[in-house]
Amino acid sequence: MLQVENLFLNLEGKPIINALNLHIERGEIHGVLGENGTGKSTLAYLIMGSNGYRPNKGKIIFEGEDISHLTVSQRAKRGISLAWQEPARIEGLSVLDYLSLSGSKPGLKRIYEILQMVGMDPARYLSRYIDATLSGGERKRIELASIIAMQPKLAILDEPDSGIDIMSMPIILNSITEMNKQGSSVLMITHSEQMVEMAHSVSVLCAGSILRTGPPAEMSRWFKENCQSCVHINEPTLENMG
Amino acid sequence: MIGRSVEKEYAGLVDAYEKAGGSRDALTAADTARLVIHENKVLGAEGIGGLKIDTREIETGVDIHLVVEEGTKIKKPVHLCFGVLPEEGLQEIIMKVDARDNSEVSVIAHCIFPNAVKVIHRMDADIKIGKKAKFDYKETHYHGENGGIEVIPKAVVRVDKGGIWQSSMTLSDGLIGKLDYNFEVFCQEEAVAELIVKAYGRKNDDIKILERIHLDGAGARGLAKSRLVLSDKARAEVKGETYGNAPDARGHVDCIELVNGTEAVAIAIPIVSVTDDKAKVTHEAAIGSVDKRQLETLMARGLEEDEAVDVIVKGILK
Repeated sequence: MLQVENLFLNLEGKPIINALNLHIERGEIHGVLGENGTGKSTLAYLIMGSNGYRPNKGKIIFEGEDISHLTVSQRAKRGISLAWQEPARIEGLSVLDYLSLSGSKPGLKRIYEILQMVGMDPARYLSRYIDATLSGGERKRIELASIIAMQPKLAILDEPDSGIDIMSMPIILNSITEMNKQGSSVLMITHSEQMVEMAHSVSVLCAGSILRTGPPAEMSRWFKENCQSCVHINEPTLENMG
Repeated sequence: MIGRSVEKEYAGLVDAYEKAGGSRDALTAADTARLVIHENKVLGAEGIGGLKIDTREIETGVDIHLVVEEGTKIKKPVHLCFGVLPEEGLQEIIMKVDARDNSEVSVIAHCIFPNAVKVIHRMDADIKIGKKAKFDYKETHYHGENGGIEVIPKAVVRVDKGGIWQSSMTLSDGLIGKLDYNFEVFCQEEAVAELIVKAYGRKNDDIKILERIHLDGAGARGLAKSRLVLSDKARAEVKGETYGNAPDARGHVDCIELVNGTEAVAIAIPIVSVTDDKAKVTHEAAIGSVDKRQLETLMARGLEEDEAVDVIVKGILK
């Protein structure tokens, strides 16, 4: 479904993404595991086509089409969407309107179901604005709900667990599983080993390159042994680069 | 040509009022207080138990005296409709409001100038909010697309101990023309003032806003808030001033101006001042283009850029 080929990105003269290759199958939950500053969010912005994130080299191929030159809207219309790590607050835009404007145009009944799925009481939240009056955790769950409402072919979730309290984590994990069952492939960007347990496959990212890809348990173990104790974060050894 | 008979004027104004988002039913319901004024003619004035509306036509407009009796809580909003339908005209509203102790009322005003080419609408208001009284005033304007209008609302509001004054003014339909808004509120002990102005300036609209709140009593609270969106050659200057003059007074000035394009001009001047060491007033003012992250969030749901801007602008002016 998604093929990222030999991708490079420099920002302010500094290499952020470096010869990155990534392959995501249709129907897959694919985790990208990496420490802070390794280029995880940048990878998400590159795939979504965010302003200022155009690759210096390489291709992003989605369903056989090179989408590297497309705008965010064009990519969204082709079925890609992104839930930001820190979602934007938009004054005067209600939860109902926000969830309604997504491409799939879900009805009220569906919006109720989705809010319940992410553990939010529709009666309490539908008329709330997605502004600064929501807590970080509430806004994150609304962001996840909006992605579910959109039913994209590929959902990019940037740190979906950040800002979420421990009690709510099972709800988030179930929501992602349900989204995947309903047909969305998921690219889940995280530094949490717990989160990647639910993935079908996992890639480990360091210094803007994928070091390893494999089953979640194996990659988590490798990540723990090689990355969490690493004294040269973002400077992988030749041995680790495989 | 607009007919000059009262019936025709009333019908014309009510039609325009409805188009501008007003409720026709509210102007006819027996349990709703209302006031309808076209130019300097009072076309309808109905009070309700505990709320009295006296009017006097003058050459250039109407003198209004609105009294809410002590302890009266008006259940349904009072509807005001002010308008000038011809292309030229002058309307001066001189308003005296006396919301007595422990009263409570909500007022919805529609100001309608759909054909204005050379119209002036001026309001001078002297407003008293009694002890623990609550007065909520929402004013919405509809101006049409000619932009030939000057709107000059001025009000001095005095809020007694524990009283609440909340007002909002929205100008987002049609061209604003020239706006010179000047509201000043004096708050006594534990009184609350909230001033909100929302405006969408386009073409050559010229907007001046002054929101000034004096927190003179202990524990008084105030918010001076403005939300403006400017495009084309529109220009806006917003002054939000809050003065904390008593212990535990709390105030905030909050101004956001979004500028679309390269020719619109936005100026924000927040002034915060305290003369009591236990008072605290804060401010935030932001001027800029539409936030990129907000834009991309909406575009990532499939909206085109201009559709996303529209959603953001509507949200700010909501």
